[in-house]
Amino acid sequence: MNANNLNMRDRNILIKKGRIYTPEEGISSERDVLIQEGIIRRIDKGIKPGKAYVLDAQDCIISPGFVDMHVHFREPGMEYKEDIGSGSCAAVSGGYVAVFCMPNTDPPIDNASVAEYVYDRGVDEGLCMVLPHGAITQGRIGKALAPMGEMGSCRAMVRGFSDDGSTVTDSEIMRRAMEYAKTMDSLIISHCEDVSLNAGGQMNEGFYSTLLGLRGIPPEAEEIGVFRDICLAEKTDAELHVAHVSTAKTVKLLREAKKRGLKVTCEATPHHFTLDDSYLVSYDTNLKVNPPLRSRADVEAILAGLSDGTIDVISTDHAPHALHEKETEFDRAEFGMVGLETCLALVVTVLVENGVFSLEQALEKMTLAPSRIMRLERFGYKPEITEGTPANITVFNSDLEWVVDPLRFRSRSKNSPFGGWKVKGKVIHTIFNGSIVLEDMQVSPAGD
Amino acid sequence: MNPPEILKSGVSGPAKVQSPEANRPRHLLSIAELSSDDIIRLLDSARSFAEVSKRPVKKVPALRGKTIVNMFIEPSTRTRMSFELAAKRLSADVVSFTPSGSSLSKGESLKDTAKTIVAMGVDAVVIRHSSAGAPKLLTEWVDCSVINAGDGMHEHPTQALLDLFTMRERLGRLEGLKVAIVGDIDHSRVARSNILALNKVGARVLLVAPRSLLPDRVEEMGVEVTGSIDEALRWCDVLYLLRIQLERVSESRFPSLREYTLQYGLTQTRWSRLKRKPLVMHPGPMNRGVEIASVVADEVEPVITGQVAAGVAVRMAVLYELLGGST
Repeated sequence: MNANNLNMRDRNILIKKGRIYTPEEGISSERDVLIQEGIIRRIDKGIKPGKAYVLDAQDCIISPGFVDMHVHFREPGMEYKEDIGSGSCAAVSGGYVAVFCMPNTDPPIDNASVAEYVYDRGVDEGLCMVLPHGAITQGRIGKALAPMGEMGSCRAMVRGFSDDGSTVTDSEIMRRAMEYAKTMDSLIISHCEDVSLNAGGQMNEGFYSTLLGLRGIPPEAEEIGVFRDICLAEKTDAELHVAHVSTAKTVKLLREAKKRGLKVTCEATPHHFTLDDSYLVSYDTNLKVNPPLRSRADVEAILAGLSDGTIDVISTDHAPHALHEKETEFDRAEFGMVGLETCLALVVTVLVENGVFSLEQALEKMTLAPSRIMRLERFGYKPEITEGTPANITVFNSDLEWVVDPLRFRSRSKNSPFGGWKVKGKVIHTIFNGSIVLEDMQVSPAGD
Repeated sequence: MNPPEILKSGVSGPAKVQSPEANRPRHLLSIAELSSDDIIRLLDSARSFAEVSKRPVKKVPALRGKTIVNMFIEPSTRTRMSFELAAKRLSADVVSFTPSGSSLSKGESLKDTAKTIVAMGVDAVVIRHSSAGAPKLLTEWVDCSVINAGDGMHEHPTQALLDLFTMRERLGRLEGLKVAIVGDIDHSRVARSNILALNKVGARVLLVAPRSLLPDRVEEMGVEVTGSIDEALRWCDVLYLLRIQLERVSESRFPSLREYTLQYGLTQTRWSRLKRKPLVMHPGPMNRGVEIASVVADEVEPVITGQVAAGVAVRMAVLYELLGGST
């Protein structure tokens, strides 16, 4: 933290006339929120600003800062796609105060040194919490366990472990990883995929892959992986979080596992609840993701799973790729799309406006649920707007309409299929640890 | 920036009022985007172009001054020669691009390669590529006509047009025609384009293959499916055989070539038993002794070489439709 930053922290901030969301009480009527020395000190109507810096929140909702359990910031190793600086800018533009980076970097985050490097780089940038997940196996190659205990006790306090992007194919190793993780009080985040079923797959297997002549990734590739990991979690009593749920049967398997009382949670991405595989007729490589965009029936099942609580968390799986990695033949393009800067808008436009569920339910999946699963209170984050709480706050306007223009993203990469979409819901201000990091939709360098 | 005066003088004359629509290059990317009227119009036009190939001087000046690039990123002999002959018979200039030894083999992207070629003043690119969707992507990168000469497992529209042309010339109609397509439907762009085209013109399609060679939910494309070639032979007016590749055995799509021939081959026994013989077609190259017995292949050879001849005429019709009449 530099000196300016400390000054910033000392500055008092008054958020005027917003409606407050808290998981406990829902959305309140209009209130002001006074922040002093990084802590929320007063919540009331008509607070006099005094010397405090005033942030206008008229027509806005004041929410606990958003948390994303699943991003790829590409640092170290692939900084031409994104780095922790550009990723942090994208995060706070999307209202996030904490993001968890997947360990498929180069070198991978499979030891405490790399974990601390990522953590420290996040602190240097000072815009939000950049927290690493660790790899389950050394080198992410599924052969030998990575040092979960050491990563857990280093500065980065790693709790989530995942070989995301790859699956741990060997069931024996996954079993031992779960047993070990349970002992270390860690969480296994599983990228579930039977890779032998999707050799060369480019998109969901179904009518559209048949029509387009692209090799299919059958839903069963994911479901077999999910079923295996649920079996192993049941056997080992480990905590399991299933990443990027994409199929109807996966939702069903998870619903049943939760009914049986297993410690299983899961997430869905905005693109999996918004888009189905019929969009692929454009051959737009920005739609190429893994797991792939599924059928309309799968999308409906995900919406139902979000609505009934089977799906706990909305994560972006923000996966930046450079232009030349996407402006190429479909089967040569990289998998993944960016998502941090469009998540809220898709949540509001697709979920809330269509009546899938209320804004409150959506916000819970972006604040309370991920912070509880990741135990973010260890880092001073509380998913509430209450007096005495550290100020990690997102102020957004859920009625503001805008047109997505990827060229204006703060992410270094522009690989979004949502360019030109007219959406509703925009983050206006983000406050991280008492500092204004986004003001009037502009990222403020820490300490300004 | 304004063009230099010397170039401006070249375009003097009455100002043409044209909508942006009219200036936009036209493409042939798939059968899926054609209407049945489009298909019939192209087949009618191909019939008149077929006559040109029978003249002593096989050339008309329809596309004089037009430049066409054959960009065959995936190897091909007959389609490439067919497009080249079609263009030459229309008096267009043809340039061929081969990937080996080119900038593509040095790692240049398809986008940069295509933009470079088109910058030299090209009216159309005929592209064959192993990646489905590559022709479609090309239309976003270059400002000229793009013709799909086969993209991955997606489509091969001119092949379907020449197949329909052959069926129509031989059997006198397309509507109500019963066509059985036999073999590796999953990997076949020829099958996909034919299914779509035959559906559009009112023919009926029966796919004949083990489930392991059929793509997912193929019935939703409007076809029926059977596992029995004998059932298909009793039913069909046209038996369309696809080329079987040995590598599918290692992918566990079927147990062996011998087993395939026993179950799905047009063997001499099956052929000789038939009282009413269907029109047998094949996109080539044939695997004699696998999907078709050699003796049968010899017997049906006139039809199959007829398909090849039709290919030139159909491609002339396509090139003329996309590039002709604009000058």
